[in-house]
Amino acid sequence: MEKENEKAYRMHLMVCAGTACVSNNSFEIKDALEKEIKKQGLEDEILVVTTGCNGFCERGPLLVVQPGNIFYQQLEKKNIPHLVEEHFLKGRPVKKLMYKPPKEKSPVPVLSDINFFKKQVLVALRNRGLVDPEKIDEYIARDGYSALAKALTEMKAEQILNEVKNSGLRGRGGGGFPTGIKWEFVRKASTSNGGEKYIVCNGDEGDPGAFMDRSILEADPHSVIEGMIIGAKAMGANKGIVYVRNEYPLAVSRLNTALRQARDYGLLGKDILGSGFDFDIKIVRGAGAFVCGEETALMASIMGRLGEPRPRPPYPAEKGLWGHPTCINNVESWANIPTIINRGAKWFSSIGTDTSKGTKVFSLVGKINNTGLVEVPMGITLREIIEDIGGGIPEGKKFKAVQTGGPSGGCIPSEKIDLPIDYESLTEVGSMMGSGGMVVMDEDTCMVDVAKYFISFTQNESCGKCTPCREGTKAMYEILDRITKGEGLEEDIDLLEDLAKSIKDSALCGLGNTAPNPVLTTLRYFRDEYEAHIKEKKCPAHVCRELNTYYIDEETCLKKGHGCDMCRKNCTADAIIGETKTAHKINQEKCIKCGVCYDVCRFDAVKVK
Amino acid sequence: MPKLTIDDLKKIREKTKRRTELREDGDYRAKITVHMGTCGIAAGARKIMNAFMEELEKTDATDILLTNSGCAGLCSKEPMATIEISGQAPVKYIELTEKKAKEIFQKHVMEGNLIKKYALGKGSEKTDA
Repeated sequence: MEKENEKAYRMHLMVCAGTACVSNNSFEIKDALEKEIKKQGLEDEILVVTTGCNGFCERGPLLVVQPGNIFYQQLEKKNIPHLVEEHFLKGRPVKKLMYKPPKEKSPVPVLSDINFFKKQVLVALRNRGLVDPEKIDEYIARDGYSALAKALTEMKAEQILNEVKNSGLRGRGGGGFPTGIKWEFVRKASTSNGGEKYIVCNGDEGDPGAFMDRSILEADPHSVIEGMIIGAKAMGANKGIVYVRNEYPLAVSRLNTALRQARDYGLLGKDILGSGFDFDIKIVRGAGAFVCGEETALMASIMGRLGEPRPRPPYPAEKGLWGHPTCINNVESWANIPTIINRGAKWFSSIGTDTSKGTKVFSLVGKINNTGLVEVPMGITLREIIEDIGGGIPEGKKFKAVQTGGPSGGCIPSEKIDLPIDYESLTEVGSMMGSGGMVVMDEDTCMVDVAKYFISFTQNESCGKCTPCREGTKAMYEILDRITKGEGLEEDIDLLEDLAKSIKDSALCGLGNTAPNPVLTTLRYFRDEYEAHIKEKKCPAHVCRELNTYYIDEETCLKKGHGCDMCRKNCTADAIIGETKTAHKINQEKCIKCGVCYDVCRFDAVKVK
Repeated sequence: MPKLTIDDLKKIREKTKRRTELREDGDYRAKITVHMGTCGIAAGARKIMNAFMEELEKTDATDILLTNSGCAGLCSKEPMATIEISGQAPVKYIELTEKKAKEIFQKHVMEGNLIKKYALGKGSEKTDA
């Protein structure tokens, strides 16, 4: 047992050490805290604890003071001496380091009073900010491994299976396949081929802007491990693999630590908790190919082959790793399992909607005030996520669309802001749940450009094995590219729709099947933007610079800026005529539409149409 | 490291929980606030805090919260501490010593008997106008 846990402290300082806070130097903050605490002679009274991702990444580096749940944010090293003396020594919380919501006058001291946290319901992230991910005892103190004890000693495999089935849990990695049914397939699969079965955790998170899996593995690796052991018992498997991207070094390192601790305690290995059940887990690191998140490609990669998908059936449940029945679930799905066993299927299924039970973790990013990791009950509306939790769009801009499901998903327009978030409703509007990326876009976003971005992503990540995906996404990219350059043809929209349909129908795997979704949804909801690009050669959001015409409002230039000459100095094409104290002009023939003058003008005199 | 049994797991849980309980939102049966303004610290509030911590550590209680706050406004009577037993009016103790603090912990916090001779009085100032 760890020594620190023997001692009582009057205060715990929970420093966020998720990847976002770490890159904002949270370890420096931790060192500064420890140094200052020592200086004040408080080292026997106050303990500094590093935790996993707190979720409010926008405001890092973060510190939560317990007891009291006092939330400090955007800390800098220079704030620490004052903070330690005032709050930790003298008991006066420091207001200026607390979170102040935009448009409000006074800060909100207590974490649970902050809107960002208020509407969240934590199941997969139940230990968020409360445990040190590198200390197994702290996980155990939060009822960790008690579900495992229950599953191994009090429950039969069928009972575990039924509990998961009745909970209504569906795959959190994207497809939303009922987890219990998948488990049943694997449990019933014949093991003629040597008798092995495999349990796999899919941590090959690749959607742009998505970091749910990484955060869970970093913040609470034991929850995933415990879930996997319980699953293994239910399915009769003895070997487990966590497939995680090599680009997630912190997740890999914390997972390694957790596996070692679990093995030391005999929670992995032979005869777990004296129950006679054997199971162990090893880590396989992926090289970061997006396609390896697809289960058949993932298995190929684990087996040391080229990460390419193969047609299904046979499904992994029948013929998986090395021909053995294999159950592949996403990180978040596994993290839900211990709670389902502990609190029961009935409790779990009381959260959410008729068809989508429980909660979902989203990474909320893009044009939103409160960027971060959020866990919300299924059925919550987009409006609640964007306005209440996310705090709305920065700079008073208008909300335009939200992209869910990554490159496989689609763009949901602002008029659908009251859409409840569940598997079915997202599919109905042309998007999908996906693994939980949620990219918010404001009025300055060009939807054709967004579609082009996602197609270029899938085009790059296409493994090239099947023609529809390899050639089709390329053809779609070329069409979108020419539309954004003002060279779009009248028939391009029809052509895009035709291509999208054939790729969807004929591609080999999920990557190709869903790759056209961003194009299809933007065509469905923002067709007018495509038409403006093609017919009028205009980009309504002024993003596609080649379609823009820049000009200078001479009155503003002279009256406000006194002809500051900044635009002319920065123009690389010699296209600006004028000198200091005179109004400037753009020579449209020379202008290369790079937009530099627009960016450098401090007086808003450079206009775009 | 010997392999854990289910009982070992429970023991680790209980043991660690005692140390980490203060992170949870739970209801506390008793709250001890040591006033640690500059005046309090100068008068020896740090020793009082340590004395309470020592006592707290000796018990297995997870429902007692020990915390600090700023100057209580009666600087001449420092060091001071406020004891709040859930459901009862807070009691302020003045001119504390380590010995008095330990006694207060045992008698008031643990056994529920207020020590009149060390107390300033019951109740708190009104905080809302």
